[in-house]
Amino acid sequence: MSRKVKLRIWRGDAKEGKLEDVSVEANEGEVVLDVIHRVQGTQMPDLAVRWNCKAGKCGSCSMEINGKPRLACMTRMNTFAEDETITVTPLRAFPVIRDLVTDVSYNYRKAMEIPSFAAPEDLKPGEYRMAQVDVERSQEFRKCIECFLCQDTCHVIRDHEENKKSFAGPRFFIRIAELDMHPLDRLRNRKQKAQEEHGLGMCNITKCCTEVCPEHIKITDNAIIPMKERVVDVKYDPIRWLGSKIRKREGIV
Amino acid sequence: MNNDIKFSRYNFDVVVIGAGGAGLRAAVEARQAGLRVAIICKSLFGKAHTVMAEGGAAAAMGNVNDNDGWKVHFRDTMRGGKFLNNWRMAELHAKESPDRIWELETWGALFDRTKDGRISQRNFGGHEYPRLAHVGDRTGLELIRTMQQKIVSMQQSDAKEHGDAEKYLKVFAELTITEILKDGEKVSGCYGYWRESGDEVLFEAPAVVLATGGIGKSFKITSNSWEGTGDGHALALKAGSALVDMEFVQFHPTGMVWPPSVRGILVTESVRGDGGVLTNSEGKRFMFNYIPEVFKDKYADNEAEADRWYKDQENNRRPPELLPRDEVARAINSEVKAGRGSPRGGVYLDVSKRLPADEIKRRLPSMWHQFKELADVDITEQPMEVGPTCHYVMGGVKVDPDTAAAYQVPGLFAAGEVAGGMHGSNRLGGNSLSDLLVFGRRAGAGAAEYVKKLASNRPAVSDKEIARAHSHLNEPFTRDGNENPYALHDELQNVTQDLVGIIRNEKELSDALEKLESIRKRAAQVKASGGRAFNPGFHLALDLENMLLVSESIARSALARQESRGGHTRDDYPKMDANWRTINHLSKWSGKQVEIDPAKSSMLPTELIEVFEMDELKKYYTEAELAKGGN
Repeated sequence: MSRKVKLRIWRGDAKEGKLEDVSVEANEGEVVLDVIHRVQGTQMPDLAVRWNCKAGKCGSCSMEINGKPRLACMTRMNTFAEDETITVTPLRAFPVIRDLVTDVSYNYRKAMEIPSFAAPEDLKPGEYRMAQVDVERSQEFRKCIECFLCQDTCHVIRDHEENKKSFAGPRFFIRIAELDMHPLDRLRNRKQKAQEEHGLGMCNITKCCTEVCPEHIKITDNAIIPMKERVVDVKYDPIRWLGSKIRKREGIV
Repeated sequence: MNNDIKFSRYNFDVVVIGAGGAGLRAAVEARQAGLRVAIICKSLFGKAHTVMAEGGAAAAMGNVNDNDGWKVHFRDTMRGGKFLNNWRMAELHAKESPDRIWELETWGALFDRTKDGRISQRNFGGHEYPRLAHVGDRTGLELIRTMQQKIVSMQQSDAKEHGDAEKYLKVFAELTITEILKDGEKVSGCYGYWRESGDEVLFEAPAVVLATGGIGKSFKITSNSWEGTGDGHALALKAGSALVDMEFVQFHPTGMVWPPSVRGILVTESVRGDGGVLTNSEGKRFMFNYIPEVFKDKYADNEAEADRWYKDQENNRRPPELLPRDEVARAINSEVKAGRGSPRGGVYLDVSKRLPADEIKRRLPSMWHQFKELADVDITEQPMEVGPTCHYVMGGVKVDPDTAAAYQVPGLFAAGEVAGGMHGSNRLGGNSLSDLLVFGRRAGAGAAEYVKKLASNRPAVSDKEIARAHSHLNEPFTRDGNENPYALHDELQNVTQDLVGIIRNEKELSDALEKLESIRKRAAQVKASGGRAFNPGFHLALDLENMLLVSESIARSALARQESRGGHTRDDYPKMDANWRTINHLSKWSGKQVEIDPAKSSMLPTELIEVFEMDELKKYYTEAELAKGGN
């Protein structure tokens, strides 16, 4: 069962670009990425689009579909009305390279700023013992496929390039939370660093990131809010404040 | 002479092509040996096909059943591969995979746990004991993310120590390598282009590790992502090395069959490991009819016993749904051909009757998600429709088992799916993730040792080599012609799917070779339209050459092997023949076509012969071999 659908695709580069209308076949059961590939194979052979797995597992085909950050491989064509024109544009928070492909290097720079897992020094490989319930909290965040849709939608940086320098974004707040909740991680000041160095305080909990997450990770409720609450606890607890000054060391305990 | 060729130049000790599990593990090892390492990924960092591995990584840690050990794992691997495996690779793999898994925990990996807090292990086809370390059904993502984060942590240390995060370990994302460069016999570097800009790049490096993964995109129905175009296989062939046993291609028994856009996408074997059963349109569990003679004593021949096995594995034989993948794929193929398939040409896979809904969602979260969102099927209530999909190539670059050094090209190494030998004629599920850790590490170490031995005697990149690479890379723009790369790719996929697929014969394979030849001629007329910047038509034009080489290699090897074994089934030679076990097929590139060179495969050494019962060995080895005894 095949029908014609109307697509409006943004084409251009860092300098200029415009929306172009195309009409293309769509078959039963197809997703937006299938239709974009058909456009590429039959009408626009040089149409730039990132994709890899086509199964929602790699997070490559992130784009904005009718203005919403989505994975093109997980957006089914039958979710649109028959005569609807589907508008496909590149992620707005990142600089365009070409057509639907953006420069997401911001995210890789931020990844470099997050201190890595600090392995326990007294345990050899094979000696790690952790309970399933204790690893599950971090495992939720490790489901992240790095599609960066949460970064794209977050209004701290979506239209505020100037905030990028001091704001790691939801993807990296769950990275920090994941390490903070790791039963065997040795670094003890991750929440404070999130607040002081990675811009946790700039988040005003609108939950937009959670809404767009294709893995349904509860970014706000399970990572950002608990970290914010505990940062406040530590900051205003005078005995812990004094303790941290007396011990005179940061980080490793 | 190169004044008019514009390219950027980098110099490293080791260049790793491919940023999946094997490539990243190789890079970690080479950097830890003190070398300067470049990692090249065709996609963004962290997107390689390893992310799609679902079930787990096989390692005989014995956490769930302490009868397990490396010898049992070795035995299962050889059985699964129908004894065509390179035994030394299978031995190293079985011995070293537990250490490779434990090491990942020290880098931050969080596997699912047993009750006593150790790494949990699950059942899988062909493995005698629960053996697969896993994280739900997204184990590959955990592996790749852990190693990606390990790379970042090493870069952070370098930044602290040397003031530069990328001087010693640099990731080149969205860059494709099109040529291995040589100085005489030895590797001197490699050449390619940035996908983003189309700009050309030269890497001067005495050691290159191929870790480019598989070839699935040569087939129409595949679980592979677009990257699986056999780049490393083709680079090795053209550099003068050899591919071993390319006829063996694994068709995973359970890919999605509907909707058409996701046809081929993997449905993890864990569904069967966790109790899923296969039924045909008559509602029968057909796998009981397909237990081959060699496996009769290990697999239950009735439903009652098969069902009891999930509770009591000591006293019951395994359900036949857990036979090695080649057996299950052929069985499904036969059922569909016999008219007992589902309406959309597959069979049914049902886990909903075995496990409560919550348990299914916990153990198989991404399967639940994938079917719910893409097929409107709730697997906690309904069966899935599944059918075979091209999943993995057992064949690959012929390597030295201990160092991963590629055959006949000093300085070239290969690990992971692109390397051949380890899995023989059929790979067991779970052995891929452990393979890429074990041999990724060995390739990194092998490359490091090679570079250190060279000392200052490094091969040089000549202007002539640069000119050759530059000219080849630009052909899609410079040549005359009007062939569309997308249409040609489609045709290639139809040829391999229809004529070099699960069931093969002489006529169809010969036919395939003729058609491939004509596609090759037309591929020389492919013209890329548009500019150089992020132009997928240009990228595909170059990838197409690799897929053609790989397809030819598979078809020629398949035509030469006149028997059926593992991932190679001939309906004109339906039996396995011990005389053929003594032969490995080497594919070599003559400059015009792929040529097949039969080579003698080696006999097990005495201490490994003792792992098996003589009765079993008699099914696989010739009388002459067994009379002579071990090596």
